[in-house]
Amino acid sequence: MFHIYCPYCEEHREEEEFHAKGQAHIARPPAPDDCSDREWGEFLYFRDNPRGLHHELWVHAAGCRKFFNITRDTQTYEIRETYKIGDQPAVSTNPDQ
Amino acid sequence: MQKYSGFGLLKHALSHHENWQRVWRNPTPRTHYDVIIIGGGGHGLATAYYLAKEHGITNVAVIEKGYLGGGNTARNTTIVRSNYLWDEAAHLYEHALKLWEGLSQDLNYNVMFSQRGVLNLGHTLQDMRDIQRRVNANRLNGIDGEVLDAKQVQEIVPIMDCSANRRYPVMGASWQPRGGVARHDAVAWGFARAADRLGVDLIQQCEVVDIQVEDGAATAVVTKQHGTIKAGRIGCVVAGNSSVLAQMAGFRLPLESHPLQALVSEPIKPVLDTVVMSNHVHGYISQADKGDLVIGAGIDGYNGYGQRGSYPTIEHTVQAIVELFPIFSRVRMNRQWGGIVDTCPDACPIISDTPVENLFFNCGWGTGGFKATPGSGHVFAATLAKGEAHELAKPFSMYRFYDGALIDEHGAAGVAH
Repeated sequence: MFHIYCPYCEEHREEEEFHAKGQAHIARPPAPDDCSDREWGEFLYFRDNPRGLHHELWVHAAGCRKFFNITRDTQTYEIRETYKIGDQPAVSTNPDQ
Repeated sequence: MQKYSGFGLLKHALSHHENWQRVWRNPTPRTHYDVIIIGGGGHGLATAYYLAKEHGITNVAVIEKGYLGGGNTARNTTIVRSNYLWDEAAHLYEHALKLWEGLSQDLNYNVMFSQRGVLNLGHTLQDMRDIQRRVNANRLNGIDGEVLDAKQVQEIVPIMDCSANRRYPVMGASWQPRGGVARHDAVAWGFARAADRLGVDLIQQCEVVDIQVEDGAATAVVTKQHGTIKAGRIGCVVAGNSSVLAQMAGFRLPLESHPLQALVSEPIKPVLDTVVMSNHVHGYISQADKGDLVIGAGIDGYNGYGQRGSYPTIEHTVQAIVELFPIFSRVRMNRQWGGIVDTCPDACPIISDTPVENLFFNCGWGTGGFKATPGSGHVFAATLAKGEAHELAKPFSMYRFYDGALIDEHGAAGVAH
């Protein structure tokens, strides 16, 4: 059972209040009509899906209903940080940094 | 190889069953294979078997990080059915079901395939409309199916609460009599033994750490235990770890890996002789031959490679089971586990060539790959042998996520697992 710190509520709450929404920081192409099928397909469907650290988007569905980001290890399930939408992660998924 | 038979059993009884041959060899890998299959689960072993049997390609290795059939093959709820809505998926799963029907004889190994029928329950008017549409589509594709009302469902499963005053009353079901269950371990062992007999090397405890790519073509796999092994073609059949292997070769897949869990009860006397699935309340259940109730849950919403599931998910599943079967409310659960499933955005698999030449992926089976094991191996073997997709596999190319020709089975197939 995760205890997740919501950066808006500024409290730890139980996993069931939240929903995971997949990979974070996916930028919508600024001009969708100019995208090739490949670029648009990559944006819609292709994901990093790492075994290890992952930046992901969550929503506090049964709480403040705001979206925020989590950096989490997908193997140990350790939550390294949570941060607001628009902020950048402090923990890098690149092991070299 | 020893042929298994009733007579053989009697003969070996005379020597106290002490002289059975090993079921497969434990070879040291060669330096080069025509085809290397990464992943020694049911799908990978089936691929190797059909490569050797149907295409005469026997210089083949199956490379497995752990032990054969130790991943999702041993973690699923063993349900086999082919009642999918869309033609492409229905044809693929029906191809598998037809292979299931002769599999024990073909492999000379009892996979305990039991066609005890599969019920997909409907609890709302819309469920029943979807069921009618799906059964009609199935029948047009030559797949058996019937729409049952609540009374008929009650006759098949007398212990289920089909009364109208439940929170989610059973209004009816789709019924596929040819569906059923099989013994999952035996499927892996049967394919492994039959493939080994045809000359395939099964290499266990051997982890692939890199895929060598030269001029856009895959040439070899690098393993932790046995160094570099060259290959003509490479097939990846690694379920939840597919994205990890794709990354080694330098591309991404439209997959997310999630934990999917199941649980079994203590063994009880025979009480349920069919498979009951409910998409609406999300639970599915059957009873194994040794008496355990086998119960499947849904996936956890977050990405995970941890091979364990979350408690809220179990709780929701058990609630659904007890709602349907109040008689099970005091049955104790014995074991619970998780497997890592590679879910695709359209809930259909990827059987495909890739941006890297000579590298092929069979993945994305998500929550429902076990039922397809023989069919998946059969079409993937043809794909690997010829270097282009088998007719049934063509719609399942990974490039459908570029051109938009998705096969949307989400919800449509009564797509519990």
